[in-house]
Amino acid sequence: MTSSTVENGEATVPLDADRPRALLEIRGAIPARYYWGAGLGFIGLFLLGWVLLTELGLVSPIFLPPPAAVLQELVRQVQEGILWQDVSASVYRITVGWLISTAVALPIGILMGNFRLFEGLFEPFIDLVRYMPAVAFIPLTILWAGVGDTQKFIILFIGTFFQEVLMIMDNVKTVRYELIQVSYTFGLNRREVLFHVVLPAAMPGIWDTFRITLGWAWTYLVVAELVAANVGLGYRIMRAQRFLETETIILGILVIGVLGLMTDYSFKLTYRWLFPWVVRESQGE
Amino acid sequence: MGRPIKLLAQHVWKVFGSGPRGQAVVAVEDLSLHIHANEFVSLIGPSGCGKSTFLRMVAGLERLTRGEIQVDGRRITGPGADRGMVFQSYTLFPWLTVRENVRFALKKQDLSRQAQEEAVSHFLHQVGLQGFEDAYPAQLSGGMRQRVAIARALVYRPQLLLMDEPFGALDAQTRLLMQELLLRIWEEDRTTVLFVTHDVEEAILLSDRIYVMTARPGRLKAEVAVELPRPRSLLETESSPRFVELRRHLLALIREERIGPNPVGGA
Ligand SMILES: Nc1ncnc2c1ncn2[C@@H]1O[C@H](COP(=O)(O)OP(=O)(O)O)[C@@H](O)[C@H]1O
Ligand SMILES: [Mg+2]
Repeated sequence: MTSSTVENGEATVPLDADRPRALLEIRGAIPARYYWGAGLGFIGLFLLGWVLLTELGLVSPIFLPPPAAVLQELVRQVQEGILWQDVSASVYRITVGWLISTAVALPIGILMGNFRLFEGLFEPFIDLVRYMPAVAFIPLTILWAGVGDTQKFIILFIGTFFQEVLMIMDNVKTVRYELIQVSYTFGLNRREVLFHVVLPAAMPGIWDTFRITLGWAWTYLVVAELVAANVGLGYRIMRAQRFLETETIILGILVIGVLGLMTDYSFKLTYRWLFPWVVRESQGE
Repeated sequence: MGRPIKLLAQHVWKVFGSGPRGQAVVAVEDLSLHIHANEFVSLIGPSGCGKSTFLRMVAGLERLTRGEIQVDGRRITGPGADRGMVFQSYTLFPWLTVRENVRFALKKQDLSRQAQEEAVSHFLHQVGLQGFEDAYPAQLSGGMRQRVAIARALVYRPQLLLMDEPFGALDAQTRLLMQELLLRIWEEDRTTVLFVTHDVEEAILLSDRIYVMTARPGRLKAEVAVELPRPRSLLETESSPRFVELRRHLLALIREERIGPNPVGGA
């Protein structure tokens, strides 16, 4: 299906774009205002349902407090400085934990993607470990490292590293072999091909891997904090449960959600800024 | 011909998968050929007969199972900037602009920045891409991408240009334009070319000589001198009696391959 003008002598035939188009065309483009409107509208609908359920007394506030109560809790935590304390503790842990994991996964993943020898060396071991649930390591990590930040870093590492390294290996392997071959014909040696061709070509995929694994890291962080911590978003949620402070729990969950969304979007924005040459092939023009 | 020999292949064999378990595939069997300096030679044959494999061996990207390939009398042992290659699939670096892609090929040449820029501009002009220097490959049509690839393979002035069905992925009309473009560029600088194709007309139009390969395992079947006057043009050449005669002859040779028996040899 085309969206071009119809040649019709002198008469100006309206462009397709001016006509109402089907919103549900398979893979069809839609105006941005519909796209964003739909997303925001759905969140609005969700909030409306929440307000109705709670304000009409359909659910007990012990199970689900009204949005106003959560807002009040937010104000309290901001005023008392608790929120800032928790957020900075959690963000610090996730940043360091994820950076350690990435600093190890990046070189190993790149080696595995390029050299069969390294793939053979590491893959069986990684495949074995990655099916062990990170959560099950919590008792062990407490035994090894106590309940401080180090234990959180270890859980984050176990949770993200083994997946991340395999994903980076795959990112490297998707670089087309002809790109490597043609580089050799310019007289480049292996080191130059690796650094000037393979890595730049694999970088957008690796950046996406960073974004995805950082999202997973949030899950493992909260899990680690639920069990052994005295500050942090996960800790706040766990403590609130003991005293049935449902609005604190919900606030904690929402804050984590918003932080996750913010990291996701900042990775997507930097992606577009770093790799302007990548064209996404999802939509027809 | 009294011209020096640029490329000499002697009894070249390539056997794939001759490991302990793998079924051996003879891709190239005892192939010998030569190309004189400043000669344009095509290698044609049915799909899967080992043309690309042979070309990759000349480029030094694939090891020979047996035999020897020499360029300028020296045995080749690996890839090098004395041989340029244009692939059928797109091999531009997507993160570099057109200009940067062509300049990339000069990385290992000892040229000043200014000399680099001049060479890049010259070859982009030759393939008619001035005005697109700052576009990314994703913004170009298939034909334009192959023109960049050709400029990039010429810019470091290789002794021997290897082309593996460079127009095979293009639509028929673009392919004709590209053939004329290549003809014009080649008749200006006469770089030695080994051109792989399965398009008989393309081979006749461009070449001085044509080697015909058999179906798998790829052996040499015939060698045909084109003997059409240069400079050539698409319209004039394709309507000449010599062209028609050659096309009939070559098509007959290739048709034999499609119908004849196709034994798979072991090594
Ligand atoms: N890396 C490889 N491993 C195993 N077999 C291969 C490999 N490359 C090519 N072949 C086989 O060698 C034969 C010749 O292939 P190719 O040179 O690509 O043919 P052509 O370019 O003439 O179409 C084919 O049968 C193909 O399957
Ligand atoms: Mg081929």
